[in-house]
Amino acid sequence: MVGRAGEPVGLGPDRRAAARGRRGDRLFHGAAATAGVLVVLIVVLITVFLVVHAVPALLHDQANFLTSRSWDVSVPMSFGILQLLWTTVATSVLALAIALPFSVGIALFLTHYAPPWLSRPAAVLIDLLAAVPSIVYGLWGAYIVAPKFAPIQDGIQHLLGWIPLFGGVSAISGGTTMLLVGIVLAIMVLPIMTAINREVLAKAPAAQQEAALAIGATKWEMVRTAVLPYGRAGIISGAMLGLGRALGETIAVMFILSALPQGSAWTWSLFNGGETFASKIASDAAELTPGLGTGAYIAAGLVLFLLTFVVNAVARLIIDGKKDFSE
Amino acid sequence: MSKRVDVSDLHVYYGDFKAVEDVTMTIAPRSVTAFIGPSGCGKSTFLRTLNRMHEVTPGGRVEGTVTLDSEDLYAPGVDPVAVRRTIGMVFQRPNPFPTMSIRNNVLAGLRLNGVKEKATLDETMERSLRAANLWEEVKDRLGKPGVSLSGGQQQRLCIARAIAVEPQVLLMDEPCSALDPISTLAIEDLIGRLKADYTVVVVTHNMQQAARVSDSTAFFNLAATGKPGRLVEMNDTATIFSTPSQRVTEDYISGRFG
Repeated sequence: MVGRAGEPVGLGPDRRAAARGRRGDRLFHGAAATAGVLVVLIVVLITVFLVVHAVPALLHDQANFLTSRSWDVSVPMSFGILQLLWTTVATSVLALAIALPFSVGIALFLTHYAPPWLSRPAAVLIDLLAAVPSIVYGLWGAYIVAPKFAPIQDGIQHLLGWIPLFGGVSAISGGTTMLLVGIVLAIMVLPIMTAINREVLAKAPAAQQEAALAIGATKWEMVRTAVLPYGRAGIISGAMLGLGRALGETIAVMFILSALPQGSAWTWSLFNGGETFASKIASDAAELTPGLGTGAYIAAGLVLFLLTFVVNAVARLIIDGKKDFSE
Repeated sequence: MSKRVDVSDLHVYYGDFKAVEDVTMTIAPRSVTAFIGPSGCGKSTFLRTLNRMHEVTPGGRVEGTVTLDSEDLYAPGVDPVAVRRTIGMVFQRPNPFPTMSIRNNVLAGLRLNGVKEKATLDETMERSLRAANLWEEVKDRLGKPGVSLSGGQQQRLCIARAIAVEPQVLLMDEPCSALDPISTLAIEDLIGRLKADYTVVVVTHNMQQAARVSDSTAFFNLAATGKPGRLVEMNDTATIFSTPSQRVTEDYISGRFG
């Protein structure tokens, strides 16, 4: 390329294109930065909204917010989240405990064991589970599964009733228990967890898999040595996404779970009914009026928000703790 | 612990595609055998049939026989897992397990075999790392991740991992192609020492390397584009590089093609 006199060869003629390129850069930089700031801003605004509305209600609370099980929001207010917190956490953790091994197993099967003609349609089918609306899961759980599930629960209770988690609860019948909610939630979070695990496990590098085989690993040993450890961080992330969804699931829980009778005794049993944060807020939404009473529900929402936040932070810590040992 | 490999009339297929045709050769124990040839000539593919690693690729299969001291590797009922425990392999790119420490990388094979006694593990680890000429460099940081080492060190770690299970044969698929010249020298040095105990087979693109490290050399080539790879000739390395019997070998080693 020959430049005009006084201009460095190769730098001159394309100046306009370069300027255009810089403009594109600036635009893209601006768009990306805006998006990034917006995300932070939204989180901050939500927090501010929750805190501003929750604090006045909390100040008027006659009971201990963290340890009380009653929920009375007419003045004088006396409300606490213990029952809600337990129901929310127990059903979600149960859902995670069921969904995690299944999703890892399904993902492993699809990525490392199934022939291609099977793995692709099967993956689509599982993704379809995610497209089923929550309300359908709720109806299905409450009206189809629950009656059939009741005798099974009775059986479990007879066998394992000595464990507090499986103790009998006389007030709740018909199978619409936390245990059933946990199972339905597990099915609901299964697709997203499976999809993530599938992505992660499919990306396990072939080089390490061959390395494992070359030192005489069987297929399963290869998976254990070179695939699962590689996918660990992704599997945890997927589990946390699933847990987050389970914690916040509203309509299905509302449909399935039997409400607790007034003044029922505390029990650790999964055969209990109750309400989660989300289902409580949704089922009482019709009666909400601006003011202190609503503040109590917003305070409950704030706890749910913090709960998901903590869950994500813990997941981060677990993943970062092993950073040295990843590529 | 070094055995002889005999290959006769071996054809390698991937599905219907014939990748390598009609290889017959003998690989002597306690020696280094080099496979050379242009890219895509099937030398790596053929190497992978020696420990049945080609079966990992869908559709990979062979016709013909490979024997290890007259034991047929492809006889019905022979477990490929057992074959790979006997015939170890080192790959083109260093591939230590990223989630494991240096120590656990070396011991991965032993752990798979269920060895648990700490004394045995410690002894094997030190012996393997010494044999891979890496012990002095890593003995103070055995708990560090294997991937924290340099590329050349990682490759020696992989060699230590391969010999920790005490194989009879060690296959190396272009072990230096991802390494710098100094690390390459260290590996070549190591190959020269490993042949005291193992049957070593090295695939290499680098003819000087073949000339430096091997006792015998096999030259592979394609009959034509799209045709399967084949073994052109095999002989003492000195003979191959001075007076090859085939014209095409001479053209290749003198740099006229490939």
